[in-house]
Amino acid sequence: MVPLDYYLVLSAMIFAIGAIGVLVRRNLIVVLMSVELMLNAVNLTFIAFSRYLGSMQGQVVVVFVMAVAAAEAVIGLAIIISVFRHRRSLDPQEMQLLKW
Amino acid sequence: MIIDIGIIAAKAFLVLFMVLNLAGILGWIERKGSALIQDRVGANRASILGFAGLGLVNTLIADPLKFLTKEDFVPPQGDKFLHTLAPCMALFTALVTFAVIPFGDVLVLGERVINLQVASLNVGILYVFAMGSLGVYGIVIGAWASNNKFSLLGGVRGSAQMISYEVAMGLSVIGILMVFGTLELQEIARGQGALIRDLLPESASFLRSTVGWLPAWGVFLQPLAFLLFFVAAVAETKRIPFDLPEGESELVAGYHVEYSGGKFLMFFAGEFAEIVTVAALVTTLFFGGWQVPYLMRDGFHLPWGETVLLPQLAVTALQVGAFTLKVLFFCWLQILLRWSVPRFRYDQVMRLGWKMLLPLALLNVIVTAIVIVAVQ
Amino acid sequence: MDLSVILFFVLAGLLVMSSLMVVFLRNVVHCAMALVAALFLIAIFFLMLHAPMVGVLQVLVYAGAIMVLFLFVIMFLNPNTPEPRRKLWWGFGSLAALLFAGSLAALMTNGESADPMSVAEVFGSPEMLAKSLFTDFVLPFEIASVLLLVAIIGAVVLAKREP
Repeated sequence: MVPLDYYLVLSAMIFAIGAIGVLVRRNLIVVLMSVELMLNAVNLTFIAFSRYLGSMQGQVVVVFVMAVAAAEAVIGLAIIISVFRHRRSLDPQEMQLLKW
Repeated sequence: MIIDIGIIAAKAFLVLFMVLNLAGILGWIERKGSALIQDRVGANRASILGFAGLGLVNTLIADPLKFLTKEDFVPPQGDKFLHTLAPCMALFTALVTFAVIPFGDVLVLGERVINLQVASLNVGILYVFAMGSLGVYGIVIGAWASNNKFSLLGGVRGSAQMISYEVAMGLSVIGILMVFGTLELQEIARGQGALIRDLLPESASFLRSTVGWLPAWGVFLQPLAFLLFFVAAVAETKRIPFDLPEGESELVAGYHVEYSGGKFLMFFAGEFAEIVTVAALVTTLFFGGWQVPYLMRDGFHLPWGETVLLPQLAVTALQVGAFTLKVLFFCWLQILLRWSVPRFRYDQVMRLGWKMLLPLALLNVIVTAIVIVAVQ
Repeated sequence: MDLSVILFFVLAGLLVMSSLMVVFLRNVVHCAMALVAALFLIAIFFLMLHAPMVGVLQVLVYAGAIMVLFLFVIMFLNPNTPEPRRKLWWGFGSLAALLFAGSLAALMTNGESADPMSVAEVFGSPEMLAKSLFTDFVLPFEIASVLLLVAIIGAVVLAKREP
């Protein structure tokens, strides 16, 4: 049997990789995709714990995380489309109007 | 352990072999059948030593040879990796759905009872829809990687059509799931062996006497769902009348236009494999799957009380033969549909999917729920 | 070496590789396809962890619908200019990510390998998931449906072209 620790280390690695994507990439769509990657790492942790503790609650939470992630991806992409229409660019560095 | 894996591998090999051969033969039926409908001869130039085999030599030997020996071409500035990946995804998702379709009841070899289904998932029908939604990628990526405006337009139309009709397809099946109470296809097929008489309560004696002798097939219990599912599934496979993404006269073959040779053969074979998938799904969900009416595991139990006993192997052979016949019938029906009706305009396709099929499917769910509660 | 452990390591290697491809590739469409592969591999992990319903939902919803939406938006916006990259940022970022992953892993694991509890055959089946979802979690379920409705309306309003 695969020990629980292996799954936790794997999802920690995926979460960290997603975190670099959010912080370093300069394309808004890839930033949003990295956020999805982080959400999936968390889903993996939930399902692993749900299996190892024998409780269905982890899987139900994952279903809700998926629904919320779907809603968030939809709104995020709509925002990206309207931002692109105004600024003609997808670089987060160029959207600094609100900075001091 | 090894024997179990061997049995599963044998079943998978058998299913893939049958499907791919059927896809090839469907190409022949399409050509000769369309020729019959259009009062012409069809392709008849290929022959080996004068033996043309009714056109089978053409479709099964000459055509694949022609496709495979053509130049493998990636358009300039097209994305090489994605251009090659797209037909692979289309064919893969079309073939992999057969893992959950039951083609028979059980095969009893000695003391080993083999369930005639490659993989019995407890989420059977959802797996089919999941692979169908992965099939959209073949279109989207193929259109994008071709670097061609016609291709992109065809691909965007095709993928929008596919994802719209996925919703209608899923909702129309919910009625069947509510009636049979399970997601697993083998259980749905088994559940259709009962007679309608056994599903109705004692008080509905009028219904029991008129239709009680019918087997509880999905089409008798959910006729609207059958129509909705069939229309949505044909739209999902992008066959005529929903053919605009690859329309020959509108879009220069749409997202296929930059594909030739082996890759086009994969798209082509994927489309025919999807025809077989739709036929197999319709038979499993609505027409009893492998059920022969009144045939139980030990023989015929006719509704007027008589029983005809048959050996186990004969029962299994009859059931597998019945499944094959039903699948062939629905493949033929789709090919007939293709050559009989004109194609829809794209806004008509979208309107049909969202404004007509979706509300009807929801209505079907509500009415089914009311009837199920009333019957209990 | 157990067969499941070998399978775990193969799949984990593929998953890490495809997530690295999501973050490091230049072409946005390639990143999206790598993310589809990563989501599919995570769904296979779900299947290994006795969650078939959630695994199939992952392929159906995440890999099959959300990523198609991503691809639509990418094709619609069609970015031509490759994004500028700074090696310094990438170096620091990778270092920070390694530290982050290492500390998370050290915090979450505790040396003793836990054995999975023996669960019934129906664990993770649609019936059990539905039982939990519609009895214990029915309020979040209704709120999630309102949330999805709000998201649909919001997306239509935000992405509309100004008349």
